[in-house]
Amino acid sequence: MTLETAEAIAAQEFARVVQKHRPHIFRFLLASTRDVDLAETLTQECFLKAHRYWKDFRGESSAMTWLMRIAINLERDHWRNRRVQFWRQTKVHAVDLDEASEWLPSGERSAEQQLLARERVGQVWKAVEQLSARQRTVFLLRYVEEQELREIAQATGLSEGTVKAHLARAVGRVRSELGGKR
Amino acid sequence: MRWNTRQTRIEEELNEVRIDPVLEVALKDFRLSVHAWSEAAMNRPRKPIHSAVHVTWRLAVSWALGCLLAAGSVGGGLYERHHRQELARQAAAEQSRQRQMAAEAAAVTAHEQNGAASTREQDEQLLAEVDSDVSREVPSAMEPLAQLMEETGNK
Repeated sequence: MTLETAEAIAAQEFARVVQKHRPHIFRFLLASTRDVDLAETLTQECFLKAHRYWKDFRGESSAMTWLMRIAINLERDHWRNRRVQFWRQTKVHAVDLDEASEWLPSGERSAEQQLLARERVGQVWKAVEQLSARQRTVFLLRYVEEQELREIAQATGLSEGTVKAHLARAVGRVRSELGGKR
Repeated sequence: MRWNTRQTRIEEELNEVRIDPVLEVALKDFRLSVHAWSEAAMNRPRKPIHSAVHVTWRLAVSWALGCLLAAGSVGGGLYERHHRQELARQAAAEQSRQRQMAAEAAAVTAHEQNGAASTREQDEQLLAEVDSDVSREVPSAMEPLAQLMEETGNK
């Protein structure tokens, strides 16, 4: 196999990975930041970084876990860099909780059910906003991306026990938020 | 088969964090909401996106230009102030020099005037002395001639 052929195969393989995992990465970043433009930017940077180091990816974890780890690091770095700025531009661009709660698949629900669902979603968003960055990441990976604890542990670089602890605290916060509104 | 295994593990984990039915419904709605929002955002019409690096560079350049402008303004102000002070200092020195020259000229004039008056007085005194001496030294035989000259002079 020539070098050109190997590179062409690697490029095709990476293109497939992008096509398959881009929606998941974007969704996670959107839920984390509540900012569509920022989520798109970070998603692009995530795949640029992944492309740069694709040759070094040894497949010890799944491509999704590897990409998610890059996305989590990029998001953390983004907020860390923002902290030293005089203004927080992204806070202005992030949609508020009411707007974020507007999104629901129409499905076969009645108007009343839709309204109740919207209210529940708003309460969960409110609880998510109060979580620490790590708790929020773990919570979103678990209940939005439906990842297993092992995958979350690999993506975040935490032990499974720590992930469970963060998850329990996050769920407790959501439960108390929902309980307070009943 | 694989899906069943995954589902079982998720259910086990759910039991560990004790998900009650109300919470389960809320979490499901939340997941569906985020999925719907994400899908809509992915399919929205695109606009040019500036990368974070580009934005960072733009901010850095803006800051640099802003600092340069501020430094230029402050420097220009300081230079202008210094320039004005220098001009005022030169004008004051020039005025002082002119005043000094005028004072010196006045002193010289006064001195000259004093000197002239003094010389005139001395001359007059000398003439008076000479006149008195001469008048005393004229012999009586020349008296008529002297009177004649005096009269001629008066005419």
